[in-house]
Amino acid sequence: MTQKTAGKIRDIKTLEGIAKEIRKYILRMLTEAGSGHTGGSLSAADVAVAIYFSKMNFNPDNPKLKERDRFILSKGHAAPLLYSVLAKAGYFDIETLLTLRKIDSSLQGHPCCETVPGVEISTGSLGQGLSVANGIALGLRLDKNPARVFCITGDGEIQEGQIWEAAMTAAHYKLDNICAVVDNNGLQIDGPVEEVMRIAPVHDKWTAFGWNVIEIDGHNMKEILAALDKAEAVKGKPTVIIAHTVKGKGVSFFEGKVEYHGLAPSREELEKALKEIG
Amino acid sequence: MGERTQESGVRSQKSEEKTNALPSKATRDAYGETLLELGKKRNDIVVLDADLSGSTKTVKFAKAFPERFFNLGVSEQDMVGTAAGLAITGKVPFASTFAIFETGRAWDQIRLVVCYSNTNVKLVATHGGITVGEDGASHQALEDIALMRALPNMTVIVPADAIETASVINVIANFTGPVYVRLGRAKVPQIMPVDYKFEIGRAHVFSQGKDVNIIAAGIMVDTALKASAMLKNEGIDAGVINMSTIKPLDEKAVLNAAKNSRLIITAEEHSIIGGLGGAVCEFLSENYPIPVKRIGIKDTFGCSGSPDELLKLYELTPEAIAETAREGLRK
Repeated sequence: MTQKTAGKIRDIKTLEGIAKEIRKYILRMLTEAGSGHTGGSLSAADVAVAIYFSKMNFNPDNPKLKERDRFILSKGHAAPLLYSVLAKAGYFDIETLLTLRKIDSSLQGHPCCETVPGVEISTGSLGQGLSVANGIALGLRLDKNPARVFCITGDGEIQEGQIWEAAMTAAHYKLDNICAVVDNNGLQIDGPVEEVMRIAPVHDKWTAFGWNVIEIDGHNMKEILAALDKAEAVKGKPTVIIAHTVKGKGVSFFEGKVEYHGLAPSREELEKALKEIG
Repeated sequence: MGERTQESGVRSQKSEEKTNALPSKATRDAYGETLLELGKKRNDIVVLDADLSGSTKTVKFAKAFPERFFNLGVSEQDMVGTAAGLAITGKVPFASTFAIFETGRAWDQIRLVVCYSNTNVKLVATHGGITVGEDGASHQALEDIALMRALPNMTVIVPADAIETASVINVIANFTGPVYVRLGRAKVPQIMPVDYKFEIGRAHVFSQGKDVNIIAAGIMVDTALKASAMLKNEGIDAGVINMSTIKPLDEKAVLNAAKNSRLIITAEEHSIIGGLGGAVCEFLSENYPIPVKRIGIKDTFGCSGSPDELLKLYELTPEAIAETAREGLRK
């Protein structure tokens, strides 16, 4: 049941429907795997759906298409989200999702570009995706290729120094073909980001580093689309969207629960969760 | 980090007959020149540096092709990630800084977005080894080969001189996959044949010894040649092999050397742990166990001093190799 979703979707209801579907894939594959990162996959789901299905140019039959827009999941632990979106986009069969984290599966615990079509670069060790996104953006510019680069980072992830090295680089080279998104769900493995290592003021930091900053409700599809449009329109500097999100979003008993950062739903939890999403 | 212009070179050339007529030259200089020539021929060559372009000699490329040169400032991790991104768009990125910063500061980046992702990134580091000199231990990469050799998908090359460096850079520009090349700061004698063509994974055998074979890399190839000449006067037949590709190791050349002699000596300007010596020992212990002696830095940090003084202090001299051969053969 390969599903191809060609063309760009601007209808909010349709995108919200896809986001629901993606959340269900994420939960199913995590339960089947018995391990993996639930909270951060669900928190970034709406943004990832909007980027892929309302903005990006790509062709699942030709993953290396020169004109393709690029997507980098810097927070590689949200691999179930990336895999679900790629399957929905037609890069591989939906059934493959249920092989997540199993021996012989192409779907490694964290994204591997050597085994999964549509994955641009392997991630998992945090803080590295934005540098790669910058390199792609520089290469596209050299080729006068109008394609754009999207990169999702976590909020805990921006504690990594390399993120700020890359932030400097993108602004220094005026990479307006980059749109970064901080999935600002407020939680990391050891607890609230605010308690583990304060990153605030996030908005001011990115502004100080020379970026165009947009803050939105990362679960409001209308706001997400508007922010992505604005990002594309801003020239001469890169844009970062600070998406305020809820960890575990979509399943009431996972929402805001730090323990579900790295815990997969049990069978019972899955049944309950699928019913709740509807 | 001041550029120094002293002409001291690594050591005085005593055995002129072994070398061609070319003057001593730093491998980093050959890199800068070759990169510039490559840039003229190919638009897909891009170069990255982390604020050391004057020292790594990428500045030549930078001046000629500013639109294809990216200075990332003092941020090696970001440089390696950016190089991987450029490679994804089909460019052939050469990313350069000092060996210790390239391999040490950015090791996890090299592991994840270069080796695991198998991106076509060329990491060409200068200032490898003890002959960095006066800057001292913080700047002397003595562990870089070990760090790079442990990574799957990585090719590791240590050219012996400027002639080999030029050939290596041209070869890797046409090779798809991650490569680490280690170059030096100091001027070194040019010892390879002028028409020499480097091939990945193929050692250059100067001579095959009946008593001992010295398998060397980098500046120690010249040192080995001098040791071999000294030993010849004493009736000891010492062969010299330039093992410029540390990974993949030319196993055939190592095996031949072991089968034809009684002792193998490895010589490198690197820790005796994990580098060429380690690679040769790993291979021979499993395939043809014969005595091996490793010449290198003996699990210690370096210190400040002139290159010549440091080579003497850490026993990376023809005399030290010759003495190791005599000792090893007596047993």
